[in-house]
Amino acid sequence: MTQLIWVLRTFFSYWRRSPVQFITLIFGLVVATALWSGVQAINQQARQSYDKAALNFNGSDTSYLATPNGTLFSQSLFIDLRLAGWNVSPLLEGKIELGGTPLTLIGVEPISLAQISRQSAFKITTKGAAPFIKYPGLTYVSEETLNLLQMKEGERPSSNDGMLLPPLHIAENLAPKILMVDIGIAQLLLKKPGRLSRLLIGPSALSKSSLSKVSHNTLEYFEGISAEGDLKRLTDSFHLNLTAFGFLSFFVGLFIVHSATGLAFEGRRQMIRTLRSCGVSLRNITFVLLFELLIISIFSGLLGVALGYFIAASLLPDVSASLNGLYGAQVNGDLNLDTWWWGSGITMSVAGALVAAGSGLWKASRLPLLASALPAAWFYSQQKWLRIQSIIALILITLFLITLQFGDTLYLGFIMMGCLLLGAALLQPPLLALLLKFGELRAKHPIAQWFWADSRQQLPGLSFALMALLLALGVNIGVGAMVESFRSTFSEWLDRRLAPEIYFAANSDAQALEIRDWLEHRGDVHAILPIRRAQISFRDWPTQIYGFKDHDTYRQNWQLLDKEKNVWDQVKSGKAALISEQLARRFNISVGDKISISKASTDWTLHISGIFPDYGNPKGVIMVNIQPFLERWPATPKTRHGIRTDKSSIPDIMKGLKDKFDLSPAQLFDQATLKAQSANIFEKTFAITTSLNTLTLSIAGAAMLTSLLTLSSSRITSLAPLWAIGLTRRHLAWIELLKALMLAIFTALLALPLGLLLSWCLVAVINVQAFGWRLPYHIYPAQWGHLLIMTFIVAILATLMPIIRLARTPPAQLLKVFSNER
Amino acid sequence: MLNILNVSKSYATPQGLLPVLNNISLNAERGQSIALMGESGSGKSTLLHLIAGLDNVDTGSIFLNQKEITKLPDVGRAKMRRSEVGLVFQQFNLIPSLKIKDNLAFQARIAKRFDQAWQSELIERLGLGSLLDRYPEQLSGGQQQRVAIGRAFAGKPDLLLADEPTGNLDEAAANEVLKLAIDLVEKTDCCFLMVTHSAHLASFLNTKITLKSGHLA
Repeated sequence: MTQLIWVLRTFFSYWRRSPVQFITLIFGLVVATALWSGVQAINQQARQSYDKAALNFNGSDTSYLATPNGTLFSQSLFIDLRLAGWNVSPLLEGKIELGGTPLTLIGVEPISLAQISRQSAFKITTKGAAPFIKYPGLTYVSEETLNLLQMKEGERPSSNDGMLLPPLHIAENLAPKILMVDIGIAQLLLKKPGRLSRLLIGPSALSKSSLSKVSHNTLEYFEGISAEGDLKRLTDSFHLNLTAFGFLSFFVGLFIVHSATGLAFEGRRQMIRTLRSCGVSLRNITFVLLFELLIISIFSGLLGVALGYFIAASLLPDVSASLNGLYGAQVNGDLNLDTWWWGSGITMSVAGALVAAGSGLWKASRLPLLASALPAAWFYSQQKWLRIQSIIALILITLFLITLQFGDTLYLGFIMMGCLLLGAALLQPPLLALLLKFGELRAKHPIAQWFWADSRQQLPGLSFALMALLLALGVNIGVGAMVESFRSTFSEWLDRRLAPEIYFAANSDAQALEIRDWLEHRGDVHAILPIRRAQISFRDWPTQIYGFKDHDTYRQNWQLLDKEKNVWDQVKSGKAALISEQLARRFNISVGDKISISKASTDWTLHISGIFPDYGNPKGVIMVNIQPFLERWPATPKTRHGIRTDKSSIPDIMKGLKDKFDLSPAQLFDQATLKAQSANIFEKTFAITTSLNTLTLSIAGAAMLTSLLTLSSSRITSLAPLWAIGLTRRHLAWIELLKALMLAIFTALLALPLGLLLSWCLVAVINVQAFGWRLPYHIYPAQWGHLLIMTFIVAILATLMPIIRLARTPPAQLLKVFSNER
Repeated sequence: MLNILNVSKSYATPQGLLPVLNNISLNAERGQSIALMGESGSGKSTLLHLIAGLDNVDTGSIFLNQKEITKLPDVGRAKMRRSEVGLVFQQFNLIPSLKIKDNLAFQARIAKRFDQAWQSELIERLGLGSLLDRYPEQLSGGQQQRVAIGRAFAGKPDLLLADEPTGNLDEAAANEVLKLAIDLVEKTDCCFLMVTHSAHLASFLNTKITLKSGHLA
C-alpha cells in the first residue's frame, strides 16, 4: 500500500510540474463530457415531453369520434351515443390566453373519462375526480405551466376577457402549456356552450356501422394513434442527428484527452523507467496510472456534466423551437434531469478517458524501457502505429463504400457517415506524413530541410489535434453545404408553392360564400382558389388529401420532380393525382403507377401523373382535382381559399377582409407573412446544428492550442541547436508559426473533399432516410473560402501563445539543453 | 552473493541478430567493488541491465543472494530491485517533479526500508542538507548524482549497480562522487559493480573486469 501511495504521489507530482498538460487533460474530458451529456439532457427532456404528450387527449392513443373537418359538434350527440350504448367521453379543446400567454384549454368529463381512458387524467393527480367537479373545481396544470404563469397552486387566474378559472392544481405528467378543467367550465371559458370537439372511445365501443345511424353521418371514427410513439418516430431522426453531433463533439474532446495523455505518458516515460529501476513493478505502475486516470476522469466528469447542464439549458429553447416547428412537438423549456443522467455523464467521462488513454498506456508500457527519452523515440514508435492506422482507415473507407452501396436505413446511413469520418481522420496523419516527406526530399536549403523533417517529427504529437480539426472542418463544410442547399431550395420552393398573394379561412361555409361574392365584385382580384383538405390514412400512414381547382397558378408555379406529359390535364380529368415525394419514396410509388384510396367502404383508384417536393412535411400528401374530391368528401368545410391579386392591392383586400368579415389574424395571411413564418421555422430548425457546428470547430481549435502548448516545452530540445547555430528566438518563433499554419492548411485541403462527400451523404442518404425527401446537391465555394480563413484564424490563435512563450524563452533555459541533455 | 552463469544476450536488428554478450560467467561477493570496463558496444551496460533485471537473458542464469533473477517474473524482479539493488545511471534519473528529500527517500520508502537515522547520515555524508527542498533541475550535475547515489543507498542494498555514474561530470566532481560512493559501499558492506570507460576511476575499485565484443577478456 505504501508503495502504491508513493507511486501515486509521484505521478501526481508530475502534473504539478506540467500544469498545461493537466489543464489540457481536464479540458478535453470536461468538453467531451459536457457536449455529450448536454445533448443527452436535451434528448431526455424531449423524451419526457413526448411521454407527457401521450397523456394529453389531443394526441392520445385513444380512438375518437369527430367531424371529418374538425369542426365542433353538438353535445346532444354525446347523449345520443351514450344512450345507444357507446362508451364515449366528451372533450372540448380550444385556445385561451392568460396574461398574454397562449395556452391550450382542455375540458373533460371525469366520470366517463375514467371508464374509457387507459391513462385517465385523474391518475395523474392525487385528489381524484370529486374536487375537480365540485365548485369551484380545479384547473390541472403542469409545474412548468404554473411557473410560466408566475402563479402558485390554489390561485385563480383570469382569462383575457375577465373570466375566473378554477384554482390551479399541479398534475404530474401533464404536458406544458395545457390547462385541464371540467368540460362545463371549458364550454363557458371558450364560449362554446353545448359544443364538443371530440368523443373519446372506450374499449367496448359498438360497431362502426351503428355510428352513422346515431350520428346521422356527422361524426367519423378516427383510429387512435400513439402520440408518444408517433412523436418518437417522427422526431427520431432529429434526435439521432443531435446524438451524432454530440458523439462527434465527444469524439473530438477525446482527441484532446488522447493527445494529452499520450504526451503525459511520453513525458513520464523517464519517470516510469526510474520507478521501475527503483523496484516498482509494471503491474503496480499500470494499476496506479489507471487509478490516477479514474480520479481525474471522475472529477472532470462532474465538471463536464455540470457544464453540459448549462449547454443544454442554453440550447434547449432552439431545440424546442425546432421540434415544434418541424413536428409540432411541445418540449418543455426547463431542464428536469434525474440521477441517471448525472451518473451516465460521469460514466461516459470515465469510459472516454480509459479509451483515450488506453493506447497511450499500452504504448508507454510497450516502449522499450531502456531506450533514450528523446522526442524521436516516440516518432519512431509511431511509424508502426501509422501503418496500422492506415490499414484501419482503409478498412473503414471500404465499409463506407459498402454501406453506400447497400445501406437503406437511417442507422446504416449514420454508420456510413461514421466510417467515412473516422476513416478520413485516421488516414490524415499518414497522408500528412507522406506530404511532409515529399517536402523534405524536395527541400534544398538546410533550414527548409530541417523545417520539413522537424514538422514530420512533430506530427505524432499534433496528429490528434489535426484529426480533430479535420473532422470539425469536414463537418462544417458538409453540414454547411446541406443547410445552404436546403435554404436556397426551400426559399425557391416556398416562392412557387405560396403563389397566391393572400390566404383566408372563413368562420363558416356561409361566410366563405359571402367573402367570395365580395371578392368577385372587386376589380383587382384575378382568381379565388378554393383549398379543400381531408385527413386520411393511406396504407396506415397519416396522409392529407387536397382538392384543388385547375388554374394557371398551379400549372405555372407548382414544382414537379417527376411528371407525365399533360400532367395538369390528367389531374383536371379527375382520374389522376399528384403525390408528395415523401409518399412516393415511402411506398415506392412512381409516376405511371396506380394507387387506391379507401373511402366509405369503396376504393378510389387514381393514376399517378406527377410527384412534387413537399419539404418538411412529416405526412404524405395527395392532390386531386376539387370536383371528384368534393364528391367523396362532401362535408369538408369550404372555408379555405387563396386569392390571386396584384401586389399593390394586397393591403386593401386584407383590410377589407379583416374589417368587413371580422377575420382574426389566425384566419388571414398574406404571402409575405406566411413565407417569413416558414423561413423562421427553417432557421430555428438549423439553429441547433449551427450552434453545435461552431462548438465543434471551437473545440478543434482548442485541441490544437492545447497540443501546441503541451508540445512547446519539449520543443526546446529541438529548437535549441538552431538557436545555438545562429537563428534568433524571434526567427524560430516565426518558423514555428509557419509550421502550424502549413499543417492547418494541409488539413483544410484534406477537409474539403471530406466535407463535400459528407454533404452528399447528408443530402442523398440521411435526409432521404430521415425525412423522406431529397434536396438538390449544390456546392458553395464561398463557404470554403470562409472556412479557410477560419482555419487560418484558429491556427494562428492556437500557435500564438506557444510562440510567444518560445520567443520569450530565456537563453539560460535553452542552454540547459546542452548542459545536462535534459 | 552475485553469480552470473553462462549468460548470453543478442538484439534483433534489421540486419539480423546482433550478439552483445556471449557466455559470460562472473561471481562477486559482499564488500567487493568491481569496475566493468570495455569499449563502446562491448556489452557492459547490457550486462548491468540484465543483473538489475531490467532486461531478459537469452540463455544463462543470474543469481542474487541465491535467488535466480532470470527466472523471476516482472513483479519478483521489481521486488528484488527495490529491496536488494541500488541503481545509479549516467543521466541521474531523478524524478523531476519530486523534491530532493522525496527523491532521496523514494526507493527506501517503497521498499519499506526507510530508516530516518540512516537517511540523516546519508544526507550529511553526501552534503545535501541545504538542497532538500529544491527540485532536481535546480541542482548541478554533481549534486544530482549525489542525490542519485543517496537514493540508491537509502534502502541499504546488497548490490550497487552504477552505469557510467560520472560520465556527465567534470573530473573533480567525478572523483568526489566516486569517493562518496566507495565510502558508502564500505559502510554498508555491499557489493559494487560499476561500468566505466575511465581507467583512472577504475583504479579506485578493487577489481577490474574487461569486456571485449561480448566476452570477458
